[in-house]
Amino acid sequence: MLAVSNLTSRYGRIEVLHGISLEVRTGEVVTLVGSNGAGKSTLLRAISGVQPVSSGSIMFDEQAIGKWRPHVRVAKGIAQVPEGRQIFTPLTVDENLRLGGITRRDDGVSADLAEMYAMFPALGEFRNKTAGTLSGGQQQMLAIGRALMARPKLLLLDEPSMGLAPVLVEQIFTTIGMLKARGLTILLVEQNANAALAIADRGYVIETGRIVTTGTGKELLSDERVRNAYLGL
Amino acid sequence: MTVGAIYALVALGFTLIYNSSDVANFAQGEFVMLGGMVTFFGYAAGLPLFVAAVLAIVVAAVVGLLLYRLAIEPARRASPVTLIIITIGASIFIRGVTAIVLDKNFHSLPSFFGNEPFVIGGATLLPQSLVVMFGVSLVLIALWLFMSRTLRGKSLLATAANRTAAQLTGINTRAVTSTAFVISAAIGAIGGVLATPITLTYYDAGTLLALKGFAAAVLGGMGNPLGAVVGGLVLGLLEQFSAGYLSSQYKDAVAFIVILLVLFTMPQGLFGAKSVERV
Ligand SMILES: Nc1ncnc2c1ncn2[C@@H]1O[C@H](COP(=O)(O)OP(=O)(O)O)[C@@H](O)[C@H]1O
Ligand SMILES: [Mg+2]
Repeated sequence: MLAVSNLTSRYGRIEVLHGISLEVRTGEVVTLVGSNGAGKSTLLRAISGVQPVSSGSIMFDEQAIGKWRPHVRVAKGIAQVPEGRQIFTPLTVDENLRLGGITRRDDGVSADLAEMYAMFPALGEFRNKTAGTLSGGQQQMLAIGRALMARPKLLLLDEPSMGLAPVLVEQIFTTIGMLKARGLTILLVEQNANAALAIADRGYVIETGRIVTTGTGKELLSDERVRNAYLGL
Repeated sequence: MTVGAIYALVALGFTLIYNSSDVANFAQGEFVMLGGMVTFFGYAAGLPLFVAAVLAIVVAAVVGLLLYRLAIEPARRASPVTLIIITIGASIFIRGVTAIVLDKNFHSLPSFFGNEPFVIGGATLLPQSLVVMFGVSLVLIALWLFMSRTLRGKSLLATAANRTAAQLTGINTRAVTSTAFVISAAIGAIGGVLATPITLTYYDAGTLLALKGFAAAVLGGMGNPLGAVVGGLVLGLLEQFSAGYLSSQYKDAVAFIVILLVLFTMPQGLFGAKSVERV
């Protein structure tokens, strides 16, 4: 579904992605683990089109999407839950979710909205409150709900468990598991490598802008280097 | 009050553009000027006043769109100061073209409902003053409805709140910002149409208006639409008082004193708390 090859990207003159290649197949959950500053967010931003790419290619459903503008990528099926949630804090929960469906041309938006409220009951309870008043966990649910409202084929998740209490982290991973069970294709970026690799079909390890290892979730979980570097074992 | 209402519209347009694109648009006054000038020339050419006014608003809206697409958008990554200089350059250009294509004279429009003043509760009022206040209120209500009731309005607010997140959500932020420029220009032009019967207009009228709109926006707390409106009304009143108690020669200095005072004493403006919320 998604094939990134030899992607490089820079901030000003400083190159931070040095030829990244990775692939996500339909129905897979793939995780990208790596320490802070490795370039995970930059890669996801490049896939979504909000970060300039200096060379390499991004293929989605057999089409080169490198020149597509960000909203077109969403309309074609790539939604992202950005790092730090980035919900629209002055708008209400309901407005945030409706905006998530802004690229939709079908008439299923209302039904999906109801489904989001069913999936995340707390959001239903606060639907007319401004999003900025939600707790961290609720904001993360909202960010996920907003992305799902686009009915994506591929969901990019950037550290959804960051800064959340353990019980909420568990809830996030339960949600991801449920989305996986429904057949959604997911590229998950996490520093919580343990949980991420456990849920993923495959994983990649990124270090300072390069992919250094790849394998199935199980393989990486038992890989000596990965265990030392990312699992704190 | 009439002048204040016009400043409020300029400040509001200024705020709309500032929120959706972070650009401090010093060409905002030109839209007001175009509103008055194009209406005058359309009317002089034999068009009904209303048709001439609509034409002027459309012309200003197109100029606003071109300003964004040709001058601002290509320089998206430039620094705020560069962008301000671009808008100042654009305003000089618009003024120049107006002077050449139309002319350099002062013009007025007939009052929409005659010049017979009438008395309400002891105060005499010109019908046109009422038209201005009614028109400005209508614009405010329409804008509020657009922002609070339509998904397009929401996408403008979302883009203002977090541009990258808006893009990731699937909002076409370029179209949204174009819309902001168009609405802003139309609002300015409406102000020009409404005010010209009272204030007159000429090709260079936009310069001071842009600065006063900016002063009003600063006074209300940059980025706060409600603050912009209140700031405009307050600035209008301050000017009137100073003209009454000092001399009308100093009237225009009021705006600059207000800018300096606000920036020195309360950089967040009258409605500081709200403008912080944007960050
Ligand atoms: N806006 C930016 N400007 C300059 N450098 C940046 C910016 N954002 C990230 N970087 C740098 O790019 C590198 C990769 O960052 P990022 O993609 O955020 O890493 P990760 O998501 O893996 O923590 C880091 O060295 C970071 O300092
Ligand atoms: Mg990151």
